[in-house]
Amino acid sequence: MTAATYGGLNVAVVVFPGSNCEHDVLQAVSGLGAHAELFWHTERSMERFDAIVVPGGFAHGDYLRPGAIARFSPVMDGVCEAAANGIPVLGICNGFQVLTEAHLLPGALMRNAAGRFLCRTVECEVVSTSSVLTAGTSVGQRLMLPINHFEGNYTCDADYLDTLANSGQIALRYVSNPNGSARSIAAVANAAGNVVGLMPHPERACTALMGSSDGRILLESFLTAAADRTGRADAVDAAIAAGV
Amino acid sequence: MKFAAVVEVSALEGIADPEAATIERALPLLGFDAVGELRVGRVFRFAVEAPDEATARTTADELAHRLLANPVIQRAVVSVNPTASGTGSE
Repeated sequence: MTAATYGGLNVAVVVFPGSNCEHDVLQAVSGLGAHAELFWHTERSMERFDAIVVPGGFAHGDYLRPGAIARFSPVMDGVCEAAANGIPVLGICNGFQVLTEAHLLPGALMRNAAGRFLCRTVECEVVSTSSVLTAGTSVGQRLMLPINHFEGNYTCDADYLDTLANSGQIALRYVSNPNGSARSIAAVANAAGNVVGLMPHPERACTALMGSSDGRILLESFLTAAADRTGRADAVDAAIAAGV
Repeated sequence: MKFAAVVEVSALEGIADPEAATIERALPLLGFDAVGELRVGRVFRFAVEAPDEATARTTADELAHRLLANPVIQRAVVSVNPTASGTGSE
């Protein structure tokens, strides 16, 4: 149905040693009709991409702290430059941790409050539609998404939490807080809304066969933002006009 | 000249430390009723080559705050000492 919608979009899926969700993301993004390619962390130049995804896994073995070493990989220069230019950047799970360590997103992700690894499907609610991840959703919309993490307990300076809430940077929250995150935050955006990180895995919830297809709504929103930005929205408009 | 640096990283006050909480819960079972306020951290030891102690400290401080600790959730205590042998080992 959406096979042609995002045709022409080039999406980079960053791969660090220890990443393990890159193929899931590649599959999900390609399945929506965009061109996606794996991008090794020692490369730097990302000008040809319309959107960037930093997938989950254990970048550099999660040694020191999740994302702490990945932040200094050469690819992060390209990611930071793209983020500054307004390119949509999405960090999923470990990718979220990498983006906070790189200071592209505020706050930090600590060990889950219960001290346990969590692997289950949880209900999330859209808090703000100001980000590229949630622009295609509505406030209060609920999505079933899988989580799979040890360090997803989001925190930041207490005063800054108000700033995040007031500026619409809290994109998603857990309906029932699984990991102790401040204000049940599941996804956070930068002030511009083009960089977003979330602990749940939308790429693992793209067809009913996977238990939920709600992740697809978020990935479509992300790709639509990329298409709108690059002026390659013709296909989207045509598809809408054709009623597909 | 070689200096021995030690960086101790632990959770900031007020930041949850579930590992410490779990250990603390086990203490009464072992009879350590008088022990409390337990925190868990990590210690990094490394050698710094520098012309003087102040320069070595600046290097160790920068490494501690740029890489070893995340200032949003952790604090780092840095100490730098000249090594007797000049090898940086203890």
